[in-house]
Amino acid sequence: MPVIEAKQLSKVFGKNPKQALKLLDKGASKEQILKETGNTVGVNRASFSVEAGEIFVIMGLSGSGKSTLVRLVNRLIEPTEGSLYIDGENLAGMDKKSLRRVRREKLSMVFQKFALFPFRTILENAEYGLEIQDVPKEERQKKATEALEMVGLGGYMHQKPNQLSGGMQQRVGLARALANDPEVLLMDEAFSALDPLIRKEMQDELLDLQTTMKKTILFITHDLDEALRLGDRIALMKDGSIVQIGTPEEILVNPANDYVEKFVEDVDRSKVLTAHNIMKRPETVNIDKHGPRVALERMREEGLSSMFVTDSKRNLKGYITADDASEARKKEVGNLQEILKNNIPKVDRDTSLKEIFDIIHDSPIPVAVVEEGKLVGIIVRGAVIAALAGEGEVNIEDVK
Amino acid sequence: MLNNMLDFIPEIPVADWTETFTDILTDTFSFLFEPIKEHFGNFMDFVSESLTAVPPVIIILLVAILAFFISGKKIGLAAFSIVGLWFIYNQGLWEHLMSTFTLVLISSLLSIIIGVPIGILMSKSKTAESIITPILDFMQTMPAFVYLIPAVAFFGIGMVPGIFASLIFATPPTVRFTNLGIRQVSSELVEASEAFGSTGSQKLFKVELPMAKATIMAGINQTVMLALSMVVIASMIGAPGLGREVLSALQRSNVGNGFVAGVGIVILAIIIDRVTQNLNKKK
Repeated sequence: MPVIEAKQLSKVFGKNPKQALKLLDKGASKEQILKETGNTVGVNRASFSVEAGEIFVIMGLSGSGKSTLVRLVNRLIEPTEGSLYIDGENLAGMDKKSLRRVRREKLSMVFQKFALFPFRTILENAEYGLEIQDVPKEERQKKATEALEMVGLGGYMHQKPNQLSGGMQQRVGLARALANDPEVLLMDEAFSALDPLIRKEMQDELLDLQTTMKKTILFITHDLDEALRLGDRIALMKDGSIVQIGTPEEILVNPANDYVEKFVEDVDRSKVLTAHNIMKRPETVNIDKHGPRVALERMREEGLSSMFVTDSKRNLKGYITADDASEARKKEVGNLQEILKNNIPKVDRDTSLKEIFDIIHDSPIPVAVVEEGKLVGIIVRGAVIAALAGEGEVNIEDVK
Repeated sequence: MLNNMLDFIPEIPVADWTETFTDILTDTFSFLFEPIKEHFGNFMDFVSESLTAVPPVIIILLVAILAFFISGKKIGLAAFSIVGLWFIYNQGLWEHLMSTFTLVLISSLLSIIIGVPIGILMSKSKTAESIITPILDFMQTMPAFVYLIPAVAFFGIGMVPGIFASLIFATPPTVRFTNLGIRQVSSELVEASEAFGSTGSQKLFKVELPMAKATIMAGINQTVMLALSMVVIASMIGAPGLGREVLSALQRSNVGNGFVAGVGIVILAIIIDRVTQNLNKKK
């Protein structure tokens, strides 16, 4: 039995939701309905199920209804239509008392902007869920402490939230959710307010925690990278509807429609990154000044087996190999002209990673990045592979 | 002809109706008003007399100590309290000060006890808000003197009608600010509290009221200051205190006495204002 199961779950905001639902049945779009009835469709007939221990990611752009959907799961927002089962119990239409019981025992939520209580200490924040269940003070402090230690905040228990950094605050949010020992964690853009490095760290930590705690996690995000990293399965939302549900592979390989494809396209780094993002400063010898001796010395210094040759104005002339330079030195040749080779693979700044990959694949030497005949950078094979794998040093600030 | 257009109905006897209504209220509820007047009056006298019985030195020192700690261990307010209160004592106005203080204290407390729950009600219900808001506007804009008339009808003269008038005049800020403070609590915090399964009252007492505390305290500060100003006006219906000194100076056109009593009120106002404000700032 799935832990969470939504069937035809809908939410329409406005004065006349039934009318809007009828229009939806007739296939009207979100905009048409807003125009005709003044109602906003938040979630349109969403059906999905989440199995125990699964990380299920709901992703979509802002306004796609994902935040509304997660609030329908714990009924912070009343559904207009449809049903939502937690462990087989239908939350829609449940009385307030039972709803409170389900929220207390089974569902915990982590919020985008942390939603910590500023007047409470970290420990008191983590205790909140237990406190309202009237768990005796000693016991709830013990459990809250354990939860805080689990997220690595054991030493901060008596501080106030505003004394902590964003990443740490969200750990408190996570600890507060875990202290209840719920079956289900609802994470609403939980890491979106954190800066990229901290976000990655938190993602890793969530995955680490998940290997031991095996919660059922419903994770909301607008970031496909995050969805791919975390999700066992991903549901993509657009205009309130779920467009596709599948494993990360399925979604990347078989996008269900143009919308998904466009989304997935964005994540394909080989199309986004260009030569400019991965090139590095070239080590060169100057044909106007240097002979084979200097060239050989420079190559030894840099640990290279070949080197690009330019003139004093940095115009790319060709390249030389260490073997040739060594020969030339023995023969007492004075300049580099004789051993210069010209078959250099060249690209310009805007060449995409995908094209560079094809070029560099067959080339024994680095690719030269050339602008109006001048050498501006070189690209080594390692950099291309690292960038494709989503790692390594990339001049991110220049992307776009 | 044109003038006659406005006379299509003879004068509506609103004043008479109000008169009759008040009379009916007075007669019908005299069983209620009489004991209130008596017991409450006695209670107020008791508080006022107890305060007067304490040696002024002790009160001055207590106020100074309170001021010192509440303003974050700064000497300014404490020094001002000592000098100001000593000045009032020196001018022979101590007893009047105690009466005025009793009136302010009791009427503010009652305003808070009545005002905060009404403010909570308003924040929870749109209907309540739309009904209560115009009533509050009415209460605040009606000239304060007008409240004195029914107050006398209900409770005669003295401290009790003063409290009654002050309640009507000074409660609105507490109500408004309580409502505002609770409505301003960020929706994410409210959601967080609900998502963990809080009951309505847990949400109110564990999240909303603590979050709204600063705003509510600002409202209370205003209520206290309004109560003080009303207590002075209430001297016209026989409420004792510094206000009565001002009034009698006015009647005898005695500038000197009027000024001294007025300064006494200012000193009391400053001390009360700073203390309640600092209550708010204190963590």
